[in-house]
Amino acid sequence: MAYERKFKIGKPILEVNNISLSFGGVKAITDTSFNVLEHEVRAIIGPNGAGKSSMLNCINGIYKPQKGTVSFRGQVIPNITPNIMAQMGLSRTFQNLALFKRMSVLDNILVGRKLHTKTNFLEVALQLPKVKKEEKLNRDRSEEIISFLEIEDIKDTPVGKLPYGLQKKVELGRALATDSTIILLDEPMAGMNVEEKRDMCRFILKVNDELGTTMVLIEHDMGVVMDISDRVVVLDYGKVIGDGTPDEVRSNQKVIDAYLGVEH
Amino acid sequence: MKPVFMTYTKKDLINLAVCMFLSVLIIPTFIKTEYWYTSILIPWLCLALATIGQQIVMGYTGQLALGAAGFMAAGAFAMFNLILRVPDLGFVGSLIVSGLIAAAFGILFGLPSLKVRGIYLMVATLASQFFIIWMIDKFGWFKNYDSSGIITAQDIVILGKPFTTPLAMYFVCLAVTTVLTLLAMNMARGSTGRNWMAVRDMDIAAESMGVSLLRTKVQAFAISAFYCGVAGALFAFCYLKSLEPVAFDIKLSFKILFMCILGGLGTINGAFIGAAFILLFPVLLNAIGNNVFHGAIDATIISSIEQVIFGGLMIIFMIYEPLGMAKLWENLKQIIKSKLSSSNIRSLKSVKEKN
Repeated sequence: MAYERKFKIGKPILEVNNISLSFGGVKAITDTSFNVLEHEVRAIIGPNGAGKSSMLNCINGIYKPQKGTVSFRGQVIPNITPNIMAQMGLSRTFQNLALFKRMSVLDNILVGRKLHTKTNFLEVALQLPKVKKEEKLNRDRSEEIISFLEIEDIKDTPVGKLPYGLQKKVELGRALATDSTIILLDEPMAGMNVEEKRDMCRFILKVNDELGTTMVLIEHDMGVVMDISDRVVVLDYGKVIGDGTPDEVRSNQKVIDAYLGVEH
Repeated sequence: MKPVFMTYTKKDLINLAVCMFLSVLIIPTFIKTEYWYTSILIPWLCLALATIGQQIVMGYTGQLALGAAGFMAAGAFAMFNLILRVPDLGFVGSLIVSGLIAAAFGILFGLPSLKVRGIYLMVATLASQFFIIWMIDKFGWFKNYDSSGIITAQDIVILGKPFTTPLAMYFVCLAVTTVLTLLAMNMARGSTGRNWMAVRDMDIAAESMGVSLLRTKVQAFAISAFYCGVAGALFAFCYLKSLEPVAFDIKLSFKILFMCILGGLGTINGAFIGAAFILLFPVLLNAIGNNVFHGAIDATIISSIEQVIFGGLMIIFMIYEPLGMAKLWENLKQIIKSKLSSSNIRSLKSVKEKN
């Protein structure tokens, strides 16, 4: 590519080492390792049931893998919980939309500012000046994100009433509001039309470009994946079958077999 | 234009001014009968306060809890013992400390919420109801070894002045309720309330955003129990004027739960609407029984009819308007507003046509 990146791709920021996860007798992930470099757009692809979402859930601490470790900036993190990962600067979106349905778009995005809110409930109850100051800062940042995502006209609508595509946008907004260094996106473009997909790609690339946020995304649309990601890891039956640049992955025989099927 | 964040909009300030005007000036000037203060206004304020407590834990944080009356009992008996044994604290000081004692119980009985949810949590929180009442009955110390079972509450004295008339007690309840309601509104609209609602709507996502489930749930239980504790102390000292554990039985917990649901889950003004409805409805039914049917209907039948109607309303609200009467009130305002604006347009049109 001709253009110069503002944030050069750096050292590994997130490493997944030999993770195995099973639910009872069902093995979801077997001995999987890969890494994510700072400031890159990393895609995880694979057929249905390959263990992609389970992988994200392990990184984020929702699932506890039986074996293996996740390290962040070279340090192994013991006892991963979603909360600890959020504090380390890792945010995410969910495959089946996990928005706060009865809250407005603005309030949803404001919850993303939680880790930038230091005042306690007593100070909030008394509305001390520092609470007002902090609230104003958080609201300003949330409004910025709302205008970036071009959803100003729906900011006071309860999210439960919004169509699917917009809800996906709000979820991205909530993840952005955390100002995290890594954002995990679980199928950010599922169920979208071509136009919405193009918008979503634009947002993801723009955030990566302007803020240097590392993006890890799961996506089914091959065209999109090959276009926007720097490196791709391919999972099949819970194992890594390919890892590299889009071109490398595209010409990998194992990947082609997994996607097209192979005669046995 | 850059949006400016304000805690209170102009509309809120007008609402507050209207409420204060009504409750401080209009009610005391026009209502002279003691009955209204002792039997309706004072219990209304106390129960509305307890309902706000229930709202915080159930309406905002989404934790089904059923033990409000237990925390009220804790607050009431804490108040009695504090005034008896630590007279230096004064009325307001004792009120705050009894709230804190109730909050400590709230933390203890809120801990199951970390492991169980829904209807199972409701059963677990019932423990607070029964444990607190049992504890007060079992250990004579809490009742100052009074053998009669019913203790008379001490007189309310604030800064050396006695508050013993119904009107004075009404003002005490009004002041406490107003302050605590404003604090609750600040929390509900601020970051605290957003954390509560995030836990209610989608706990796993809330946790991924850095909201600690442990802290948020326990905090909600503690604040809720604080409100119930203060409400219980006021309920005993201003309304019942006596203390007996039986007054805080499971029926009261259910009553507060109904007030919360009928008023509208997740609203502060719904607490007042719900409490007013549940308190006034039996009064209305009795009035109908006496004036329309001239006592032909037995009082026990009337109270049964009351139960039937409450039950029916609960079902209807759960199905058709889970946000309760507060939402109905909002809808009504919306309809009136649109009617007014459309009639304005019509009148403008007619003016144009004339010209």
